[in-house]
Amino acid sequence: MDTRFPHDIAAGQVVAGIDVGGTFTDLIIIDDKAGTVVIGKTPSTVEDQSKGVLNAFRDSGYPVSAIDLIVHGTTVTTNALLERRISKVGMITTRGFRDVIELGRRTRPTPYGLFGTFTPIVPRQLRLEVDERMEATGRVRTPLDESQVRDAVEALLAAGCESLVIHFLHAYKNPSHESRAAEIAAEIWPNAYITTGHSLLSEAREYERGVTASVNASVQPILDRYVENLRRELERGGYDRDFLIMNGNGGTISSRFVSREAAKTVMSGPASGVIAAAYTAAKVGEERLITYDMGGTSTDVALIRNNKPLVSNEIEIEYAMPIHVPMVDVHTVGAGGGSIASVNDAGLLQVGPRSAGSRPGPICYGRGGTEPTISDANLLLGRLNAKKLLAVETAVSVPDIEAAFTRTFTERLQLDAYDAAEAVLRVANLKMAGAIRMVSVARGNDPRDFILFAFGGAGPLHAAAIARELGIPKVLVPARPGITNAIGCAVADLRHDFVSTVNTLLRETDLEQVRDLLASQRRQGLDAIAKEAVRPVDVMIEHSADMHFAGQTHLIRVGLPSSEVDLETLQSLFEDAYFQRFRVRLPEVRANLASVNTSVVGVRKEVSLENLIPAAGRRSSLQEALVETRPVRFDGGWHDTPVYQREWLPADVRIAGPAILEQLDATTVINPGDVAEGDPQGNIIIKVGSST
Amino acid sequence: MKPIDAITLTVIQAGLQQVCDEMDHTFSRAAFSPIISEADDRSDGIYSAEDGSLIAQGIGGLPVFVGTMQASTRTIIEFIRDGRCLPPDDGDIYVVNDPYLGGTHLMDVRFAMPFYRHGEIYCWLSNIGHWPDIGGAVPGGFSASATSVEQEGLRLPPVKLFKKGKMDSEIYSIIYSNIRVAEQRIGDIRAQAAALRVGSERLTELLDRYGDETVAASIAELRKRSADQMRASIRGIAPGVYRGAAYIDSDGVVNEPLTIALSVTKTDDDNLVFDFAGSSPPCLGPMNCVLATTHSSVYLAIRHIFPDIPLSAGAFEPLIIKSPAGTFLDAQYPRPVSGCAAEVSQRIAEAVFSAMVHAIPDRVTAAPAGSSGNFALGGHDPGTGREYVMYQISGGGYGGNIETDGITNGCSTIGISKSPPVEITEQVFPVLFTKYALREGSGGAGKTRGGFGLTYELELLRGSARASFVMDHGRVGPQGALGGSDGAPGLIIVRRDGVDYRPPHITKKQDVGLKAGDRVHVETPGGGGYGPPFERNPQAVLTDVLLGYYSTAQAASLFGVEIDPRSGLVHEDRTAELRARLKQAA
Repeated sequence: MDTRFPHDIAAGQVVAGIDVGGTFTDLIIIDDKAGTVVIGKTPSTVEDQSKGVLNAFRDSGYPVSAIDLIVHGTTVTTNALLERRISKVGMITTRGFRDVIELGRRTRPTPYGLFGTFTPIVPRQLRLEVDERMEATGRVRTPLDESQVRDAVEALLAAGCESLVIHFLHAYKNPSHESRAAEIAAEIWPNAYITTGHSLLSEAREYERGVTASVNASVQPILDRYVENLRRELERGGYDRDFLIMNGNGGTISSRFVSREAAKTVMSGPASGVIAAAYTAAKVGEERLITYDMGGTSTDVALIRNNKPLVSNEIEIEYAMPIHVPMVDVHTVGAGGGSIASVNDAGLLQVGPRSAGSRPGPICYGRGGTEPTISDANLLLGRLNAKKLLAVETAVSVPDIEAAFTRTFTERLQLDAYDAAEAVLRVANLKMAGAIRMVSVARGNDPRDFILFAFGGAGPLHAAAIARELGIPKVLVPARPGITNAIGCAVADLRHDFVSTVNTLLRETDLEQVRDLLASQRRQGLDAIAKEAVRPVDVMIEHSADMHFAGQTHLIRVGLPSSEVDLETLQSLFEDAYFQRFRVRLPEVRANLASVNTSVVGVRKEVSLENLIPAAGRRSSLQEALVETRPVRFDGGWHDTPVYQREWLPADVRIAGPAILEQLDATTVINPGDVAEGDPQGNIIIKVGSST
Repeated sequence: MKPIDAITLTVIQAGLQQVCDEMDHTFSRAAFSPIISEADDRSDGIYSAEDGSLIAQGIGGLPVFVGTMQASTRTIIEFIRDGRCLPPDDGDIYVVNDPYLGGTHLMDVRFAMPFYRHGEIYCWLSNIGHWPDIGGAVPGGFSASATSVEQEGLRLPPVKLFKKGKMDSEIYSIIYSNIRVAEQRIGDIRAQAAALRVGSERLTELLDRYGDETVAASIAELRKRSADQMRASIRGIAPGVYRGAAYIDSDGVVNEPLTIALSVTKTDDDNLVFDFAGSSPPCLGPMNCVLATTHSSVYLAIRHIFPDIPLSAGAFEPLIIKSPAGTFLDAQYPRPVSGCAAEVSQRIAEAVFSAMVHAIPDRVTAAPAGSSGNFALGGHDPGTGREYVMYQISGGGYGGNIETDGITNGCSTIGISKSPPVEITEQVFPVLFTKYALREGSGGAGKTRGGFGLTYELELLRGSARASFVMDHGRVGPQGALGGSDGAPGLIIVRRDGVDYRPPHITKKQDVGLKAGDRVHVETPGGGGYGPPFERNPQAVLTDVLLGYYSTAQAASLFGVEIDPRSGLVHEDRTAELRARLKQAA
């Protein structure tokens, strides 16, 4: 068999999405020609993620040589950063400013409490200053001292630095000093790991830009080595084509170019799930979603409007670590299946913020956990099936879990173990609903105008209850909630984003300059797409502008109809968007144009999701999909609840709650009073409260 | 009525919190002024109908407001009862900024709205926002040398700014005529009122869902339980009297330090009694503190120590503050008070920390820098042809603690606002920073050391300007604890025509004239050290030297650590010897 398909993905037929998560590596192979889908879940290999990736392919039984395109979501950079297993970075910066990334902007880790620490990514002795200075206008005040640059480069090399950051004040306005210093460094530096501050983020704010550049440099070599290693291993298996890597902006990029802007991969994990949500929902005509991805330790929430995930340039991945590049705006809530329930000093039930994590994990995982968690409550109440938990090490009996709830709650709250477990879920759902509400309100949206898209191992367990709490009428549970991120990889487009600062009053803005900036961004994007080995079926260009009222700081992003925009259009687009967001019109105040942006999207061939649940496995009636009937607690009473195998359900099924749907990687709860219906794409739509 | 079960309590507690958090959010998102929209210098909450006591307050509010808004709301309730202001109607919003009526400084403007259910006031919704200007002698309001409140700005007693939902344009025009950049204030006023209306909508939903009586009973029970929770935290403290103190450089007018003396008594029934007897009498300059802010400062300090206890009047019950009448911590009209919220409050908190670190050394840090670092520069920019006022705030080192060294350039303890980026400041104002750096050597030595302050210097590029400073901790540094050394004191140097000028009051000065080419140099305090410096791990000292935090000489003199200049390693024997000698000398 000839495995050397011409490398034209427009005609390609077998696409693999593979996503590495904290516990599992998920794989989906979509074979459009054969109309088949292969999915797999393999334990992640923390030390070297590529092992888990290769294991997943091996376990799938599908030869990698027969795959046309692999799209990969990796947490290599995320983990390296959060665990500070980063490479040694040196920084060259403006004289007088080497401490900018250490000083931050006078903050503390929490609003209350004076404890905590912070370690900068580049240690102080590896941050060297040179004579140079730009003014805010971009005018040179002190010319670059090139010999000082050379000395600094030599010194940082001698100190054992592997990558280099060049970060000068106001380089977003005039990058010539940064560019020249990078040229000098490139003559000496033994590798390509040189990051200039302005190249990643052409925006004012020296701390945020400096940290972003430092993050990039600190994970660049790690991502590079990982990708090269994986490439070799895949080649050995017979896959000798380029593969794509998922970026935090929700798009993909060639593995050959990804490490250049490695910082963009740091938030790629959550982004792929959001992309899958937008893609899946679009196929059934839903355009406004709140994505709800609940896992073991945390829950990710994002908003999608008009089928587009909201994007933010201002994500902070932990205390004092801002990464200011365009990324899917995913908000993480500190509640997951492993969140611990306890009684506080006031005698009140509390869920979180402490978490049992994945180790020791919930009691039911049998890894030594002893404190009641959300997952344990789900198990006690019959929502989860003890026999089908994926992550269990040693089986733990239900009476043991019951005893832990009794021990923790009965005396102090006057509740038996089951009432306590129900209270734990109620409080947990309330808390998550509150967090989702704040995420949507903060972005100017009423959650009732959205549907809830539930995924992750635990999302579909809680989604219907949370939707009810929020007044959200519909929940969409996709066909494969537990491998949504891998699906996101498989369907994501190629994408390049550009941001350029303008920062002038709108009425004083030089329109020629704006058009030039947009044209240049467009050109850069098209060039980047042209260099990709994967050929898109279409290229879409989206221009936008970030604006605010002079004297104010809320940035509002408006989409531009074209690059040939005029000032009146800009003004009215801004005013409308501002009103939409804040319900206030301020005609007396002048608008300021902060930046103009362009996204160049290489649209990949559409991927069919219809076979995620094979039609052949579906039964002809609901009754035939019944696995068992078991008692499940809802609203203080036990209900004999039918449990169905999700993959066996007839495609056009209609189920009145209570009911439980089980599948390999997720459990869906349909509450009494709710109705669930199947759709042609294999999704389940839960209509909340529709039978009452 | 049967007792409310614990789950309902939890649910209602979360619900009330959510109402407040949404008010906070609405206010910030809709506010026009960056000081509110970006720096979150505001707070929102729910207060009882009877006496204004705190029911719930947004988590994102500025810490200094934890205890002031209940005092402010209580005053309005009393004024209404006594007929000193008009009786309330549904849709009314009272405005007040009088510092002596439960406030802070004049710039902090409070709105209070009666919340009606079935024709009766069920509770009050109130909020507070820091307006960028309120008139007075100095743009921005932070005078360093006012001697009466009239010089500090427009003072509003409780009056209805909104009547039955409509803004009273007459009162608005009085405000409008008395403040600077007035045309932008309408955006803040709308936002502040909108936050209360959002709170009203959300609270109505909560009451409709759970019932007025259940919620009322829950509020009463939650108050009791918050008190229990605070007492449970206090219980671990050994009974006794713990003493602390803190000093303010000067009041800005008379160049003498002001003393805050504090004793904290842990009682057998798990209360803490705070007594400020022995503190300085009222002062001439603007460093007086109104009673509501004195109380709030104690509450916020305790909240920094026990951050997990939710905010409610119950949590404050076990904190008994004896009247500081007769001292500068109970300012009466017409004492000037513009330094109270930003600086005096932080010294009160420092006094609390310095007392409590002896009581619970595992939960309290050595003193943090604790100054807002206010530096205002006003002038005319010939480049743009416009007048401007620039505000620079800065952080300082936090105190060492049982776990770690203090953080560097931490936020003021009463605030949560970020400092502005150098690049943005330079875009907007005719200044250029020549340095923005970690202040080496400023962290107080200790087993764990203090965090470092900040050194910055900027040059006026064009035109002429006047610089004003209201900072503190220039005379003595933030206190070390349990044998740790004090952090370095702050300092200000104005470089005019190449000649250095240091303000006589060290950290406070109004209207220093500058012309193009002149420079302002500021060094902010480092945090206090915690525990004896000679017990600091010599390897940690070596790391500090490698990072340039201290010199080799300082490693020896401050920490008793000898570093071998050739190997660059710690000289173990000589270190032991030196430490023994220094210990003896001490």
